Amino acid sequence: MNSDHHVILRVVSKMLIPIIMMFAFYTQFHGDFGPGGGFQAGVIVAVAVILYALVAGVPAAMRAVPPAFTRSLAAIGVMIYAGVGYWALFKGGHFLEYQALFNEPPGEHHGQHIGIMLIELGVLCGVSGAMLTIFYAFAGRVAEIRDKDW
Amino acid sequence: MIEILLSSAPQWALMHAAPLLVMVPLMLAPLLALVPSGRVAWLVSVAATAISLVFALILLGIVQSPESGGAIRYAMGNWMPPLGIEFRIDALNAMILVLVTTIGLLASIMSYPTVLAEVRKEKTALFYSAFLACFAGLCGVASTGDAFNLFVFLEVSSISTYVLVALGASRDRRALHAAFNYLIMGTIGATFFIIGVGFLYAATGTLNMVDIASKLPALQGSRTVQAGFAFIVVGLGLKAAMWPLHQWLPNAYSYSPSFVTMFLSATATKVALYALIRFLFFVFSPTFAFEHAAFTALLMPVGIAAMVACSFQAVFQTDVRRVLAYSSVAQVGYMILGISVGTAAGLSAGLFHLLNHAMIKGALFMAVAGVVLTYKGTNIRDFAGLGRSAPWTMTAFAIAGLSLIGVPLTAGFQSKLQLGYALFEHGWWWAVILVVFSSFLAVIYVGRILEAVFFQPPVNPRKTHKEAPIVLLVPLWILALANIYFGITTEIPLGLARDAAAAAFGLEAFR
Repeated sequence: MNSDHHVILRVVSKMLIPIIMMFAFYTQFHGDFGPGGGFQAGVIVAVAVILYALVAGVPAAMRAVPPAFTRSLAAIGVMIYAGVGYWALFKGGHFLEYQALFNEPPGEHHGQHIGIMLIELGVLCGVSGAMLTIFYAFAGRVAEIRDKDW
Repeated sequence: MIEILLSSAPQWALMHAAPLLVMVPLMLAPLLALVPSGRVAWLVSVAATAISLVFALILLGIVQSPESGGAIRYAMGNWMPPLGIEFRIDALNAMILVLVTTIGLLASIMSYPTVLAEVRKEKTALFYSAFLACFAGLCGVASTGDAFNLFVFLEVSSISTYVLVALGASRDRRALHAAFNYLIMGTIGATFFIIGVGFLYAATGTLNMVDIASKLPALQGSRTVQAGFAFIVVGLGLKAAMWPLHQWLPNAYSYSPSFVTMFLSATATKVALYALIRFLFFVFSPTFAFEHAAFTALLMPVGIAAMVACSFQAVFQTDVRRVLAYSSVAQVGYMILGISVGTAAGLSAGLFHLLNHAMIKGALFMAVAGVVLTYKGTNIRDFAGLGRSAPWTMTAFAIAGLSLIGVPLTAGFQSKLQLGYALFEHGWWWAVILVVFSSFLAVIYVGRILEAVFFQPPVNPRKTHKEAPIVLLVPLWILALANIYFGITTEIPLGLARDAAAAAFGLEAFR
């Protein structure tokens, strides 16, 4: 390891990345009570990985979080979201009707609670996956004509 | 046939047809991104579009049945509109949905050989994933009754369209430039649209289209509403390739994979035009003074300029796909002209032409896809002698070409006839002359291609052209025969268009 002039960066980011991840989940679950939610949390999760890529290099980030994984994560996020809609349909409600998830009478809120949690989880997966896929697409792009071939 | 479908469909299908039509492809699109095999992806997308077609026919049947009252309203998540998002299907949506899903099914059936030939192998499944997302987005635009939701679906379809266009890069590198150009223009269009919706929201405090429509008559004099109207017309005009805003279209159509060109030409601009009609006639009303002024001072000249200027441009193109692309802009001009008459007759003529043009351009671009498959060039010279070596493909091409000109006994003739009636009725006889004039230009640009195909010897006799494969020929001939069938008996499409026009005006469906 001869990139010692980055030592402060590496140490600081090593401390920051877990905190960023934790803040992402705080934002995710705080969406219940106040500002926050899946979209913001997804972006913050992506930021943690992007910070790692900036400090340790894109190849290292791609080993830690492979592009195939981020792409699948984005797809799975959309499917979680749509899946909740189908779940409500199978239970006899309208599409995405949280109240129908557990066949609850009005006044009971478990369905509403679980429903929005799952939806936000889907958004988290979708947004973080898409953000990282876009980042990898730009950062991992190799020049089609090498510089010395000009 | 629709009656049998309605009576045999289970209760849940009847009740939830509106969301399922959009959500089945939207659920399968991300699934395909996880599937490695291109063949599975193809079969899944054929199945998804077929399911959507069934739901679209069910919706059409329900809308046409007297007990529905002419409109289906489906509250998403059972949140009641105007606060919640609703899907609202009336005769206008139902017609567009049937069109989009039918073309989607035919396009995805014919797609496999051309996608294999033109898209990189490892991208095939992702390609189909983007296609289904685009398809779902278009269906969503055509089903939703919420102005903001319409924007969201417009973006879903547009963003996947940019990807689809860019995937033509393995055949022609200029696809990247075309896709980027389309991305910039399309994003500006979507932005203008959402600014307009924002103005309407500021003025009315609601995003539900029915609700906006009920509040606007009291706010006619409001500058906010008028500015919103202007932004929406320009934004959707960009998406629909209305004449001076069409610059993205010729490149996007000529460099994207041929399957994408075929699908987009028959659906994407049509859906944008549907959204424009929805706003012009349903949300706003032609009785508003500013809208009346916009019709005569803006849409009518723009429509005429499109059909004359772009027909001229089409005459001077050397690439078959560019000829057809410019002709598409010209045909959008006919539709805009029909809309700008501002009467039910004019609108139904515009919608009728919209249906017919989807069949015509679908068949033409499908035939071109068949040619590209066996012979890479799309120059008019490359088409020389193809009539002998690929007679089935080229005969279908010729039928659709004649329909594009408007030869009697073809669908294109019938819609120009209806357009002529509507224009005469309104006293715009000079516009009829211009329509006929632009049809003569169509004779020239279609004639150039047909002349090369049937009367010129092949440029390079050693290069053997082959007939297109059967999965491509069957959908192609379905469209070509539809052009003839609907040119002889216009009852079905004209009925659909009239009902749709009546629904757009918010009248009781007249029969």
